[in-house]
Amino acid sequence: MEKTARAANTDRRLLLLSEKDNVCVAVAAIEPGERVLFGGKPIEVLTRIPLGHKLAVRAIAEGETVVKYGVSIGLATRAIAAGEHVHTHNLKSNYLPTFTHDRVGQVGNLSPLSKDKARQVGNLSHREKS
Amino acid sequence: MQGFLRADGRKGIRNTLVVVYAVECSHHVAREIASRFRDRAVHLIGFPGCYPNEYAHGMMKRLCTHPNVGAVLVVSLGCESLDCGELAGAIRESGRPVETAVIQKLGGTRKSIEAGAAWVAETLERIQSVPHVEMKSEELVVGAICGGSDATSGLTANPAIGRAFDLLVERGATAIFDETGELIGCEQVLAQRAATPELARELVAAIEKAARYYATMGHGSFAPGNAEGGLTTIEEKSLGAYCKSGSAPISGLIKPGDIPPAGGLYLLDVIPDGEVRFGFPNLTDNSQIAELIACGAHVILFSTGRGTVVGSAISPVIKICANPETYRRMAEDMDLDAGRILEGRGTLDEVGREVFDFTLATASGAATASERFGHQEFILTYKVFEPIRASCLPRSSG
Repeated sequence: MEKTARAANTDRRLLLLSEKDNVCVAVAAIEPGERVLFGGKPIEVLTRIPLGHKLAVRAIAEGETVVKYGVSIGLATRAIAAGEHVHTHNLKSNYLPTFTHDRVGQVGNLSPLSKDKARQVGNLSHREKS
Repeated sequence: MQGFLRADGRKGIRNTLVVVYAVECSHHVAREIASRFRDRAVHLIGFPGCYPNEYAHGMMKRLCTHPNVGAVLVVSLGCESLDCGELAGAIRESGRPVETAVIQKLGGTRKSIEAGAAWVAETLERIQSVPHVEMKSEELVVGAICGGSDATSGLTANPAIGRAFDLLVERGATAIFDETGELIGCEQVLAQRAATPELARELVAAIEKAARYYATMGHGSFAPGNAEGGLTTIEEKSLGAYCKSGSAPISGLIKPGDIPPAGGLYLLDVIPDGEVRFGFPNLTDNSQIAELIACGAHVILFSTGRGTVVGSAISPVIKICANPETYRRMAEDMDLDAGRILEGRGTLDEVGREVFDFTLATASGAATASERFGHQEFILTYKVFEPIRASCLPRSSG
């Protein structure tokens, strides 16, 4: 019953995977400054939460376990406020360090060709040639 | 469903002629031969190394005698370590047409390409007569992997594969999931599903081995794109990957090249045994796909959030897109749109059923997106494995 009440009072972009979780997954991007309802409670979103990223649904203390799918996904490396993006800047693995580089998503300037242009330069798909 | 009947009684869902390069030095000749048959079922696989490796030799034998393979041309330079004579012998014993083109004996590139291509042309005709007979779902072996993962993989495509796995296992099929390195953090939940307590201990030990291996390498199975997609830690990625296994009990733990003895759900341990040697355990997703195929997988379910385009040599790959934004951008490379669950355009049960139905359609001959584009990625590198213990396959021991 509690679950149904929460679902009715929760923004449909927030996906809570387990009742034990202290983070939700955004199933669509949420912009900073937006107020989203979680279990009837408004949460002010502090930074942009892209699709698939996590949002703290309550305050998490430094050193506290971050819980998703009802299971630990690591420890908070600093205090996290409700509404904050939870990611590599405030969450670390209990197992292995996370390797990232900040260029991802910024490399590659080519855009797909228009249909006319593609015809001019030849079709890359060998099966569609004939 | 219909299958190509092989001499060992197994049935294939494709009838592919495989051209093998026995070492990088014969890669070009093998590729030139295979490329003359681009629109026929001719695939290229090989092993680049010149030094001997028992694992690579065993993998090659399993792949060349896979039920989807109808005939094999081995292209040898003539001085590599891979024992082409032994490999060809094993293929011949399996009842398949096999020939070995030795470049040094044939007199170089041109003569080898001509002789090899002539054999392929003639053999393609010969294998048309392989009996095509009824195939039951319990004869089907399905593998699952995820690659180019983001946080949507664990919300849509992976749990949908899990539902499809449950449907397959219920019907007596064999389902294999893999990458113990992507189960770090899931040891205890996994152990609870093991058929016996001994197998539970083997599962935990296999994941601990993966954690040790990756700790030595400095970082785990976590690419920068995973973090951009919203995943923060390896255990978070693991939980998302774990959903692929569905809810059936785990019947066994196998290693690359082990063929499951009966239907059920199996975990494939892809992390080498012993001290860390030869670098990262799996260079890319296709390393694991090749290992699943060596365990007999007829078809591979591939879940992707960020979007991958790969297919594979030998067995068709079904790409299940977890992220609705990726699907819109890369639809022609995808077979199924699982991300629509996030937009309220379908439920997990519906998509799970769709994955199951698509698997059977692919097994019945329907081409997947990667097959239509001609994808046939393949990679095989050096590894070391010890044989599995009896406790890893509790039902078949004794």
